[in-house]
Amino acid sequence: MEIPYTVELRRDTGLNNGKIGIWLFLASEVMLFGALFASYILIRTGSPNWPRGDTILNVPLATFNTIVLISSSVTMVMAWASLKRNRFGTFRMYQASTVLLGGVFLVVKYFEYSHKFENGLFPSTSNFLALYFTLTGLHMLHVIGGMAVNTYFWGPGAKLWKTNPDWFTNRVEHAGLFWHFVDLVWIFLFPTLYLL
Amino acid sequence: MSQTTGTVAAPGAHVSHEAHHDEMGFWRKYVFSTDHKVIGIQYSVTGLLFLLFGFSLMMLMRFQLAYPGSALPLLGKLLGDTRMPGGIMVPEFYNELGAMHGTIMVFMGVVPLAVGGFGNFVVPLQIGAPDMAFPRLNMLSYWSFFLGGVTMLASFFVPGGAAQSGWTSYAPLSDIAGTGQTWWLVGMIFLITSSLLGAINFITTVIQLRAKGLSFMRFPFFVWTQFVTAFLLLLAFPPLEAAGIMQLMDRVAGTSFFLPSGLVVSGQVVTNAGGGNPLLWQHLFWFLAHPEVYVLILPAMGIVAEIIANNTRKPLWGYKPMVGSLIFLGFMSFIVWAHHMFMTGMGTAMAAFFQTTTMIISIPSVVILTALIISLWGGSIRFNTPMLFALGFLPMFGIGGLTGLPLGLNVADIPLHDTYYVIAHFHYVVAPGTIFGLFAGIYYWYPKATGRKMNETLGKIHFFGSLVCMNVIFMPMFLMGLAGVSRRLFDGGASYAFAQPVLHWNVVSSWGAWTMALFQLPFIFNFFWSIRHGAKVGDNPWDATTIEWAAPSPPPHGNFVTAPQAYRGPYEYSVPGAAKGFQPQFEA
Repeated sequence: MEIPYTVELRRDTGLNNGKIGIWLFLASEVMLFGALFASYILIRTGSPNWPRGDTILNVPLATFNTIVLISSSVTMVMAWASLKRNRFGTFRMYQASTVLLGGVFLVVKYFEYSHKFENGLFPSTSNFLALYFTLTGLHMLHVIGGMAVNTYFWGPGAKLWKTNPDWFTNRVEHAGLFWHFVDLVWIFLFPTLYLL
Repeated sequence: MSQTTGTVAAPGAHVSHEAHHDEMGFWRKYVFSTDHKVIGIQYSVTGLLFLLFGFSLMMLMRFQLAYPGSALPLLGKLLGDTRMPGGIMVPEFYNELGAMHGTIMVFMGVVPLAVGGFGNFVVPLQIGAPDMAFPRLNMLSYWSFFLGGVTMLASFFVPGGAAQSGWTSYAPLSDIAGTGQTWWLVGMIFLITSSLLGAINFITTVIQLRAKGLSFMRFPFFVWTQFVTAFLLLLAFPPLEAAGIMQLMDRVAGTSFFLPSGLVVSGQVVTNAGGGNPLLWQHLFWFLAHPEVYVLILPAMGIVAEIIANNTRKPLWGYKPMVGSLIFLGFMSFIVWAHHMFMTGMGTAMAAFFQTTTMIISIPSVVILTALIISLWGGSIRFNTPMLFALGFLPMFGIGGLTGLPLGLNVADIPLHDTYYVIAHFHYVVAPGTIFGLFAGIYYWYPKATGRKMNETLGKIHFFGSLVCMNVIFMPMFLMGLAGVSRRLFDGGASYAFAQPVLHWNVVSSWGAWTMALFQLPFIFNFFWSIRHGAKVGDNPWDATTIEWAAPSPPPHGNFVTAPQAYRGPYEYSVPGAAKGFQPQFEA
């Protein structure tokens, strides 16, 4: 038994199943982070004294991380585009870069976190830090998830390229959509937490 | 659990209509199956077991309410000295039972049965699909639900017992409660994940895998209800997940999202940083839980619509307005949540907004219910068991819905909100409403799942017994609520002088609940007995028109022998001038 429209497009919708699936998933993610941002607004407006982000957090490091994540989105698109142009070797290179850039982001985040802990700044210290750790922590879990998927398509998952290249290309595209979303969340988190 | 599931699914295995079926072992076929029908049955059986378990918790509570402070004979001793010393219930255990009854019934009973069970089993068949769009994701969503269920059950055995802060887990009480609450949160995260994965799967399946010719306005109403329900789950659950993560942080990492400054617990000022907002939890919780009310009711409405059209032998009256109302209702359900929070003193501007949206949302519900009632008009009705349950649904849901109107108005809600009136109102919606709809669905689609009908006599005993008992249980609660009895009292109001004239209704209500348990026995017996001994049926035992009846009973892996096609709308019954009394969608 075969499930129709896993690769080919359904004529009246013009989409395959995976594309709809990933967009629906992103819609639910928007609601998840949206609820957290809404909570941020409510807690901040209810607070008599809210610190400016740059007095507590390290803006240069976060700026560097923003550039890293945006670059990883570019390499992600290049990975997909390489598959579209039938260049598997180039795909591998770009895909590896995406994963590595994700790794750089995590390492920087690790230094940021440990620096906070060394100075006695914990989630329990204040609601600003509680929101900082919860939002960036949840975002970091998404980065790790995206890296796991991208590593899979770089490694064992790439076997599909030999048997069904179209399907594989679609899968990389869908993983890319998720990766761009994770990137986009950071682009909202950075000004909200560090600059405002 | 898996054993039971295997038994139910077994008959399907013996009849293999498919030429190219692959050889799978027992585990792949019945336990870690990716077949939507097996997963649907797994969800249904697990959901039914949780409903029974949640009902048992309630029967224990009903003893305490009817006979506060008395020792429960026999069973009381078995539950141990921490819960019932000498057979007498301690208040903490009562709170555990209350919180877990709500959680289990809503998140582990009704939703898994209505959406996971019926949605999985029926929707792909009704749209003529071979399976769900993402079969492995489907399996994952069942097992995530299963893990969530196990976590919730295990929480009864942690020190201090299961969650005690109500199914709503209001902060700050839930923030400072015992370990059981942490387990509750972890369990909820599993259940939410399961629902999200399921919702993605349902929407994709309905959009992509519908049969040739099956345009949206040819969908059976049940498919529409599942489609809208999936959107509600997809978009309303994540905010509760966010709230759950924040409460978990409060409990584990010592943050203060929901803890205000200067909170005093048992005479001690809490040392947290403070500055949090307990109402934030309520907002996020009800942002999920109001759409959740529609998640509970819509699938049941869909089932009832199918059965009414089939047994009146008439098209549904007002199919298009029903679909329109359904979609409108789905949108509106996202902007009514704070009508659960009039007691928080939210101010007149907010209250005015939310009571207005609440009055507006009652319109589409009334349209759907009215259309279903008018559909009966002039029909030559077949009174079989599914139809009896569907007919029972109409007035019961009607009572539940209409008694909700005073609660939607700020001024009327304030004196009623914390009383038994609210319990009676929403139980009329969910218990004799939704659960009757679900029973109707079980009797209706059982022949498709097993190839045999359930026994009609036992079904009728089940229906009439349950109908009477449901009203004996819940009608007195309206009286007690209007007399002002609070709904959260461990002694059922015995310590309040003003409650004395209505206290005897507690005894009536409790005996109603225990009697209702007896009337479920014919159903349980019927459910298992009919797998092997029910009357054998063909593909279309009810002379129905929708596409699921084109598949063999039970359908093989892959569902249809030849890919079905839809030639007309879903309810072409008694068409004037037609050769047959009904014209199936799938026949040219």
